[in-house]
Amino acid sequence: MSILVNRNSRVMTQGITGNTGQFHTRTSRDYANGRACFVAGVNPKKAGENFEGIPIFGSVRDAKEQTGATVSVIYVPPPYAAAAIWEAVEADLALAICITEGIPVRDMIEVRDRMRKQDRKTLLLGPNCPGVITPEELKIGIMPGHIHRKGRVGVVSRSGTLTYEAVAQLTELGIGQSTAVGIGGDPVNGLKHVDVLKLFNDDPDTDAVIMIGEIGGSDEEAAAEWVKKNMKKPVVGFIAGVTAPPGKRMGHAGAIISGGKGTAQEKLAVMEACGIKVTRNPAEMGRLLKSVLR
Amino acid sequence: MKIHEYQGKELFRKYGVVTPRGFPCFTVDEAVEAAQRLGGKVWVVKAQIHAGGRGKGGGVKVAKTLDEVRTHAKRILGMQLVTHQTGPQGQKVRRLLVEEGADIRKELYVGLVVDRGTQRVALMASSEGGMDIEEVAAKTPERIHKVFVDPAAGLTDSEGRGVARTIGIPDAALGQASDLLRALYRCFWEVDASLVEVNPLILTGDGRVVALDSKINFDDNALFRHEDIVALRDLDEEDPLEIEASKYGLSYISLDGNIGCMVNGAGLAMATMDTIKLYGGSPANFLDVGGGATADRVTAAFKIMLSNPKVKAILVNIFGGIMKCDTIATGVVAAAREVKLAVPLVVRMKGTNEDLGKKILKDSGLPIISADNMAQAGQRIVAAIEAKKATPKPLRKPKLIPKPKPKPKPKPKPKAKPRSQAKFRSKPPSKAKAKTARKVAAKRKKK
Repeated sequence: MSILVNRNSRVMTQGITGNTGQFHTRTSRDYANGRACFVAGVNPKKAGENFEGIPIFGSVRDAKEQTGATVSVIYVPPPYAAAAIWEAVEADLALAICITEGIPVRDMIEVRDRMRKQDRKTLLLGPNCPGVITPEELKIGIMPGHIHRKGRVGVVSRSGTLTYEAVAQLTELGIGQSTAVGIGGDPVNGLKHVDVLKLFNDDPDTDAVIMIGEIGGSDEEAAAEWVKKNMKKPVVGFIAGVTAPPGKRMGHAGAIISGGKGTAQEKLAVMEACGIKVTRNPAEMGRLLKSVLR
Repeated sequence: MKIHEYQGKELFRKYGVVTPRGFPCFTVDEAVEAAQRLGGKVWVVKAQIHAGGRGKGGGVKVAKTLDEVRTHAKRILGMQLVTHQTGPQGQKVRRLLVEEGADIRKELYVGLVVDRGTQRVALMASSEGGMDIEEVAAKTPERIHKVFVDPAAGLTDSEGRGVARTIGIPDAALGQASDLLRALYRCFWEVDASLVEVNPLILTGDGRVVALDSKINFDDNALFRHEDIVALRDLDEEDPLEIEASKYGLSYISLDGNIGCMVNGAGLAMATMDTIKLYGGSPANFLDVGGGATADRVTAAFKIMLSNPKVKAILVNIFGGIMKCDTIATGVVAAAREVKLAVPLVVRMKGTNEDLGKKILKDSGLPIISADNMAQAGQRIVAAIEAKKATPKPLRKPKLIPKPKPKPKPKPKPKAKPRSQAKFRSKPPSKAKAKTARKVAAKRKKK
């Protein structure tokens, strides 16, 4: 098993006709069971057309009704991305994965507020994330598929390439992954570390989790507190940005130390206090995880 | 993006936030003229730079005559203003704000930020105005009152009055204070701000509430829909290298060290900086080259890193992923040739066609040092700098001296250097070393 997605998921791409949407739909479709899983695209102006055999629908609702897709991956440009997320939520999809980077925070506040007030069931992953992959079953997003290997370690991270780094280290050590999840680097997002950890905790096919964070906010601390009380499986961690100066946005919109809060040191200290083994050396993430496997 | 105080106050006034009257000035004569136009008996001459702490640095002066306005303007305009936010080099003052003096009865604080936990805008207010709010937050957090604003409803009048009351505004002024707070919230929301701060917000002798200062930061992601705000950008206030980098879509931030690093991805870029530090070096910058590490972008990145005179070596760390390592290697070689690279270069690439990429680096005839993983890259870049220094220091036994508390900014020359030099010369890189480094880090933490 796995979390969030597997070989039976049916996926649509919102923004399938843009360059990014085309490129990554193609690489995702070519990975493992992608050909069976990627069943629809959405573009209001190109309904009835197709992208390399994948039918395009005018709306998320149409795509869902016609193909049974319950997962959407969103590559829509920033000015329209929040509306695209909302369209997926309104169509009651199970999962919306927003890859788009650069969405205004205000737009995300509004979407998240509506999701909460209407008690919507759709899970949102991202925005500004690499996506999610269940190795050798289904890849949805922009991560390189070939570095992954099927296995029993869960990966959750705010960053893209740093996640790939961790996955590659695991694979090199012969340790496969159950699912690798990128939750994204924006300050206002959907699933957080704690949400993904809960899913891994309940997944019978995940034995341990590697959790990667970075400066800014306090999600890692919240997740660590939850782990201390509830997690039945070992968790190891790394936090990027020990050397980051305060008040500067380090690439990701959410990666900023503000008002002296959100430092890597603080997060590492809380994680350790909550029983999470951490390393300060990103080259050691894989080996650290290996050390906790029973 | 940030703007000046006077620009912030102009925005405030558009939304109905009361501020003192004032004019921006670029010359001493303009400053005197502004005071004349304002009339009255007291004026404030305020340096306009983006950094905070201007008063303490001598950038804000009260004048009681026009001559004093002239004297202060002359002294402040062109000065290198040093505050806790500018760094020791300070920031040159090119603009002034000349304002009517205010009759201050009480100084308060109000700020708006995005609260990540509740995913709402948080209004924070305190009766301790004029002080460093971070200090108040640390020492007396109970004095900071917060309201998490419902985005659909906005800040309501009863919320506004409630906050105003808790920070000690008298009943007679509650209505006006609530209006001001609600205007401030509308301003934050509509201009897509990431931070609005009024420190101090004042209660005047005649019982009015006035925004005596303004600080507004904007969400860069939303600037595409605010042409009028983009027009307020003052490039003199920004790091020229960061501006240059943004032209190429590179995310660059200057730091204090001497190892330039170019990485794809923000998280990996921070992790690379951390690795450099872990092995006793010090990063000169953060640089996320983004998805396409093409020859053009890599060349631009190299030029930007090298225009920092402190840079003594460059570390490239690219996780190829979907992008192929041979493409990256070709880009790096082309860039190194184009800029006639004279400092040591360590390249770590991971991903498709890794061996082909390494071969391209090797065959280039350039003295490029390859590394297989991040730890090796960290060790080799630090060793390369030490080798270049070639100071005939005796090899001392490495001592694991725990360093003092981690500092907010990396210092240019960490004391740990001689140690790492000795270490790297005495043994080849090994797993044991990484372990030692981890132990050192663990020890430091415990300290």
